Amino acid sequence: MRVANLVTASVLLLLGGVAIFDSVRLGIGWGTDGPKSGFFPFWLGLLLVVSCGLIVVRAPFRASAKPFVRREQLRLVLKVLWPATAMVVLTQVIGLYVASALYLGFYMRWVGRHSWLAVIVLSISIPIATFFIFEKWFLVPMPKGPLEAWLGY
Amino acid sequence: MGLENLILGFHIAITPFNLFVAVIGITLGTIIGVLPGLGGANGVAILLPLTFRMPPTSAIILLTSLYWGALFGGAITSVLFNIPGEPWSVATTFDGYPLARKGQGGQALTAAFTSSFVGALFSTVLITFFAPILADVALKFGPPEIFAIQMLTFSSFVGLGGGDPLKSLISILLGFILAAVGLDIVTGQLRMTFGSTQLMTGFDFIVAVIGLFGIGEILLTVEEGLEFHGAKTVMNLRVVLDTWKVLPRYWRTFLRGSIIGFWMGFKPGGATPASFMSYAFAKQASKHPERFGKGELEGVVAPETAAHAAGVAAMLPMITLGIPGSPTAAVMLGGLIIWGLQPGPLLFTEKPEFVWGLIASMYTGNIIGVLMVLAFVPFFAAILRIPFAILTPLIIVVCAIGSYAVHNNMIDIWYMLIFGVIGYVFKKLDYPLAPLVLALVLGDLAENALRQSLIMSQGSLMIFVTRPIAGAITAVAAFFFLMPLLRPWWRRVRGVAAAVPSPREP
Repeated sequence: MRVANLVTASVLLLLGGVAIFDSVRLGIGWGTDGPKSGFFPFWLGLLLVVSCGLIVVRAPFRASAKPFVRREQLRLVLKVLWPATAMVVLTQVIGLYVASALYLGFYMRWVGRHSWLAVIVLSISIPIATFFIFEKWFLVPMPKGPLEAWLGY
Repeated sequence: MGLENLILGFHIAITPFNLFVAVIGITLGTIIGVLPGLGGANGVAILLPLTFRMPPTSAIILLTSLYWGALFGGAITSVLFNIPGEPWSVATTFDGYPLARKGQGGQALTAAFTSSFVGALFSTVLITFFAPILADVALKFGPPEIFAIQMLTFSSFVGLGGGDPLKSLISILLGFILAAVGLDIVTGQLRMTFGSTQLMTGFDFIVAVIGLFGIGEILLTVEEGLEFHGAKTVMNLRVVLDTWKVLPRYWRTFLRGSIIGFWMGFKPGGATPASFMSYAFAKQASKHPERFGKGELEGVVAPETAAHAAGVAAMLPMITLGIPGSPTAAVMLGGLIIWGLQPGPLLFTEKPEFVWGLIASMYTGNIIGVLMVLAFVPFFAAILRIPFAILTPLIIVVCAIGSYAVHNNMIDIWYMLIFGVIGYVFKKLDYPLAPLVLALVLGDLAENALRQSLIMSQGSLMIFVTRPIAGAITAVAAFFFLMPLLRPWWRRVRGVAAAVPSPREP
């Protein structure tokens, strides 16, 4: 827990530093017609650096023996996270509908061990339903790939 | 005069289309409330892009109905599955789940829904009367007052949030910094983009909400295993009517819960402490405090009344001051801006049909809501019986669709995943997420108010102290910000005082 706490605070501290750095570039003072662009982010960044610094300084006094995440828990979390990431990568290449069909099918078979029939029926019908709801009724376009292009969308 | 406006509002809220929208909103909201990992805030965020083409009044009715539905749905999972869908339903599980285990889930759910309805109605009535008054006062506010109120909002997270004040502060700052990324509309300069065109548009709060609350919540839920265990329940008209016969006995609890809820609710983050406070008070006042926690109906009534009163009360500062009282209200506020409305007191004079349509829909929405959830509990509870391996990818796909739809931009789906991981880490390390979202939504508004104030005063910060209203608000905000520092000192003073034996006590 302590390591995770320190790492998070350090990353945020760095972010505050980035904000300060960029604000100084933009000017943190008074321009011709009011405060310059960097004024507000500069003070935010400075406060963030100070607050994160305090977290880091007091961390040794507030040690928590509880681990940030147990190995078993992390395994379960990653089991959700990496297929989701793969789905996003696929969406970029082949569009959201095909990617979500593959993702649903893979996840149902791999984690749920559902029968192939259920896997095929659901992983095809759900993306088709979303296609009609978003693309047709609400006219919200989603990322599309070669399959949709071949079908003329 | 207020009554005429309310009647105008009802004319708008009970058109067939708006009633239909309310029913859809409540159905979707209840489903979202029942699903693990989806709550009011990100349900509203996912649906927001679909409302861009609707008339604003119907759009806000859809979103608020969704919110009421999510509040009702949270009670279902708390009672039947011992899973609090939202932090303010935690107290509902104390007695709700034991009741369900005893086979009285129907009674517990009826009590929960009825209490929610009573609490919501109480707050709605108060909003009907107080909103125009508050808006009148707020009309006189200039940029310094608006900035002072925004600081008050954030100071209450630090001073009253209950968690680590330093971490609340960091969440607020992070939200503001993320909001500043991209084009500065006042000077036309790019901030913190470092040459990247993707960062020019900045971070959208909708995507942040979907990631932080949606994906982050799923990651937290799966840690506990990949299954849900639920209690079975019998729910029919007789159970409902029998429970209703008993409930008037708890009128004191209803009243107390409503008042606590309303009072806590219009301050940010108030719903959760309100539900716990109401529960504690009910237990204290009860003749049988030992029954609490083992399945006492009053233990369901108390937190649910307060949580809903608070949830509705959070809308009051949103429509009158343009300051959201909860993350869900923050997303709705973002919606107002997208629909081209200026949130704040001017709405009452410029768009009365919008404001009063919204207030009237709080009445209709909650009436439709309570009837619908009472009638369809088995259907909504069945959602949790959908196997995990279907539900999880489905929720993630829906989240991805919602993120993409905001700007039709692929990068937003990536942001969603990143915010999901951030949400997971922050939750585990006790960084509160609500202030981050509020800061992200209010970032530009707060910065503009600050800039205009400083232009008015030629750069002197004293403007926040010397103007009477702004000064008073700033003083309270400063007090809340400093409260974590004052608290140890205050405890010491009181500790010394307590050590001196008081002569009056026997």
